[in-house]
Amino acid sequence: MAAPLALLLIVAVTIRAALFRTSLANLISERVEVVSPLNAWKRVVEGLALLDLDISPYSGDVFHETPMVIYLFHFLMDYAEITFMGAGVKFSSLHLVSQFRKQKFALEADRIPMDCLELIRSPTEMYYIPLKVAMFYLLNPFTIVSCVAKCTCGLNNAVIALFILSTMRGSALLSAIFLALATYQSIYPLTLCVPALLYLLQRLYIPVNVRRSSFWFYTLQYLFMFLGSLLVLICLSFFLLGSWDFLPAVYGFILSVPDLTPNIGLFWYFFAEMFDHFRLFFLCVFQINVFFYTLPLSIKLKEHPVFLIFMQIALIAIFKSYPTVGDLSLYMAFLPVWNHLYRFLRNIFLVSCVLLACSALFPVLWHLWIYAGSANSNFYYAITLLFSVAQILLVSDYFYAFLRREHHLTNGLYLKKKDGSEATLVLK
Amino acid sequence: CARAPMYDFQEELVIRPLHSGDIYASFQFRTVWDADFMGDQKVSHYRLFPKSLGQVITKFSVRELHISFTQGYWRTMQWGQPYLPSPPGAELWVWFQDTVTDVDGTWKELTNVLSGIFCASLNFIDSTNTVQPSASFKPLGIGNVTDHSFLRYATLPREIVCTENLTPWKKLLPCGSKAGLSVLLKSEKLFHSTFHSQAVHVRPVCQDPQCRTTSMELRQTLNVVFDLHTSGQGKREWSLFKMFSRTLTEACPLASSSKVYVDVTDNPQVRPFELSPATPLLTQAVVLGDRRTYSVYDLTQQASFGSSRSLNMLLRWKAADGEMLRPLLHSERYVAGYGLQAGEIHTLIYNHHPYRAFPVLLLSAVPWYLRLYIHTLTVSSKGKDNRPSYIHYQPSKDRERPHLLEMLLQLPPNSVTEVTVEFERALLKWTEYTPDPNHGFYVGSSVISALVPSVVAMDTNSTLDRPLFSSFFPCKEEASYFMRVYTEPLLVNLPTPDFSMPYNVICLTCTVVAVGYGSLYNLLTRTFQVDEPSPGLAKRIANVIRRFRGVPLL
Repeated sequence: MAAPLALLLIVAVTIRAALFRTSLANLISERVEVVSPLNAWKRVVEGLALLDLDISPYSGDVFHETPMVIYLFHFLMDYAEITFMGAGVKFSSLHLVSQFRKQKFALEADRIPMDCLELIRSPTEMYYIPLKVAMFYLLNPFTIVSCVAKCTCGLNNAVIALFILSTMRGSALLSAIFLALATYQSIYPLTLCVPALLYLLQRLYIPVNVRRSSFWFYTLQYLFMFLGSLLVLICLSFFLLGSWDFLPAVYGFILSVPDLTPNIGLFWYFFAEMFDHFRLFFLCVFQINVFFYTLPLSIKLKEHPVFLIFMQIALIAIFKSYPTVGDLSLYMAFLPVWNHLYRFLRNIFLVSCVLLACSALFPVLWHLWIYAGSANSNFYYAITLLFSVAQILLVSDYFYAFLRREHHLTNGLYLKKKDGSEATLVLK
Repeated sequence: CARAPMYDFQEELVIRPLHSGDIYASFQFRTVWDADFMGDQKVSHYRLFPKSLGQVITKFSVRELHISFTQGYWRTMQWGQPYLPSPPGAELWVWFQDTVTDVDGTWKELTNVLSGIFCASLNFIDSTNTVQPSASFKPLGIGNVTDHSFLRYATLPREIVCTENLTPWKKLLPCGSKAGLSVLLKSEKLFHSTFHSQAVHVRPVCQDPQCRTTSMELRQTLNVVFDLHTSGQGKREWSLFKMFSRTLTEACPLASSSKVYVDVTDNPQVRPFELSPATPLLTQAVVLGDRRTYSVYDLTQQASFGSSRSLNMLLRWKAADGEMLRPLLHSERYVAGYGLQAGEIHTLIYNHHPYRAFPVLLLSAVPWYLRLYIHTLTVSSKGKDNRPSYIHYQPSKDRERPHLLEMLLQLPPNSVTEVTVEFERALLKWTEYTPDPNHGFYVGSSVISALVPSVVAMDTNSTLDRPLFSSFFPCKEEASYFMRVYTEPLLVNLPTPDFSMPYNVICLTCTVVAVGYGSLYNLLTRTFQVDEPSPGLAKRIANVIRRFRGVPLL
């Protein structure tokens, strides 16, 4: 296990180092699919330059990172490339995911009808999952371009990975701290609070029942740790720069979407063409849309918090205000964990073809609009729509497959109708 | 006891033939009024000073006001330096008195009132194109102000100047357009020119050498350059009638002085042009670092008009001109890069002085939709890095204020200094584009202010008989002069959304969100069930009847 992982790490670092040295690095760091106004490296450098000129980086509208990032890069400016590569490598330390699967297997082994044994994964299969996750993340072209562009969403991904790792290990304090750090960077990981809580409750065998006092006790403990760390981080940021300027510049910017720079998300063109009268209304609708699926999904998936984490990360990556391909690569890295669902996936071929085609068309249509002048913004917008639809289909397909497997695990794999013939399973 | 306010009105016209064959005419009308605007006494009696401007100054507590409307760009390399520089479009800068509490609100009201007075669209001046320079634009009148929070500067590079702006400007003159030099100001000839600029400057000046009392000075200036080929029909011969289709018949009766100056500086041996009618009056003045000689026509003397009772100066060229004095300070600006995503602004500043370096202040106000990256700012002279000694940068806030960049640069002698900064073009909301979005967006001119050491007026070799104690430091009068140079305005294209699509975009995007919502809703609210085929219609009816009968179903 260690040898293939080490080899993988060496290959990944080599590819990134090689790309850093070429002129492609500058080209990639300008691409709007890879960087957004929130996490572009050019803006981090601009913020540091403004700080050097004794101007608050938040007095203009160029810099939207949190103060901790300024100070981190103030010291690590020359080692930026290594920082980003290290963040990617850290991610691969997610081998603890396998530990979860073993635990779940032990829990359920006695509940399953006999014919479902083929649905259960064998420990040998699960042995290679961490390596596959690491491979899917490190060798994903989206991750590579995101790292070469020095987009700070690589750092966000590392923090979320650490959060998942600490949740899997059962350490509530570390999990709360990393979640607070992830929420502090961009607001959306707030929704991951619920699956983390569900996992930790499950691990401690506390039933999720609103009438039980032990449930409330643990929930309040966790929330207290989370909110406390968040408060500490915000106050630390205040003391770093001496003013509350960063609150509207970071969180106000994420929530009110003033900058309409094109990206792979849905917000930019929608708000570029929005009637002024309805702008606030649709802004609220779109932002609520990201947070809104938490409660229903957690009710449905309360026994399966790890899949809930995956769903939440995917929904954040699709519906957030300034998505980039780095956010995509985060949830795509988790797909090998669910590769036992492959037999139940219905649209995977279509989805992968559309995703590949869109990834190829994004730079082409951008060039045609911005440089050649022969297309207009509608072309790029159309590919954005298609990309989002493909991602939504991917996520809902995995959800369908997961639910179907659960149904089979409880009711048997080969189902028969009342008259004994083979049954088809539908959603009703 | 209160003295009756004294007025003084002077009018003057300077005609300067330019080296390229064009001719430059500069009118100045100066009204001095020693009412104390800054005092408590209410000013209500206006005689020569226009009432509209006087009321504006008292109501908005204006210390200094400078407004100019320009059509065309001043070509420094071909025409030399103008007497009063102005950028293309409209420019307004105002120093308020320190009694004003809300400067921004007063500025907004002032721009709207001036917009009405001058029939110009100055109401487009708002916080997105107003800046507060921190070092340029020091007061031109008396005043010891150092607090730049009372200064506001704005330009509208897109503003067009036409007859509607000239008419209210002429109305501010004491003689209107009926007598004196203002009879020459006819719009059909004035606007048929390469460069036309009209300005109003109001500032407090000293009344006496000890400066015990102050008066308000109003200068209305009009600069116009007539082109050799379009107005001159290719023939290098200019007269007042050819330029203005009018001649002068009398001075303005209210004027204490009314003069016409014709620049006749030339090499002593041969004069390139002949000036008629001849005038015995000659005067010398040092202007813009250069000692020039002028022939003077005094319109208050009846003799100037001759027997025909009208004065029509005629300048006829016989020989080619000598060398033009190369302007010492000169600048250019352009946008580099391709595509609609990013670009670079390059400002080139030329110092043509052979041996002296001097500092210049560069002021750039860039609109917020071109996002400047100050870490890409490079200043280089003669290929080497040239760090500015003072940088004041105020970053822009989207839809609130523009970028303000002010730098103090030292220009090495005989060199070109290049200032480069990268920017990114923003995508605006569809309502924020002008009706012709593919025309592009204007970036106002940069302003370069400098004290330029004069080449001609400096004299280090003492051929004159002077005592040694006065001639150690090489200094003569006008050894350096103040100059302001405006660069070209830039025209930048921004990426545009499709303006016909708001409804379509809203529908399509909401459809995608609904696809997500729909799939997740399905999966969350439905459960898997074995698909039992529903019985046919006949069987279902039969089952209903059987249920009534209490008989087992099919």
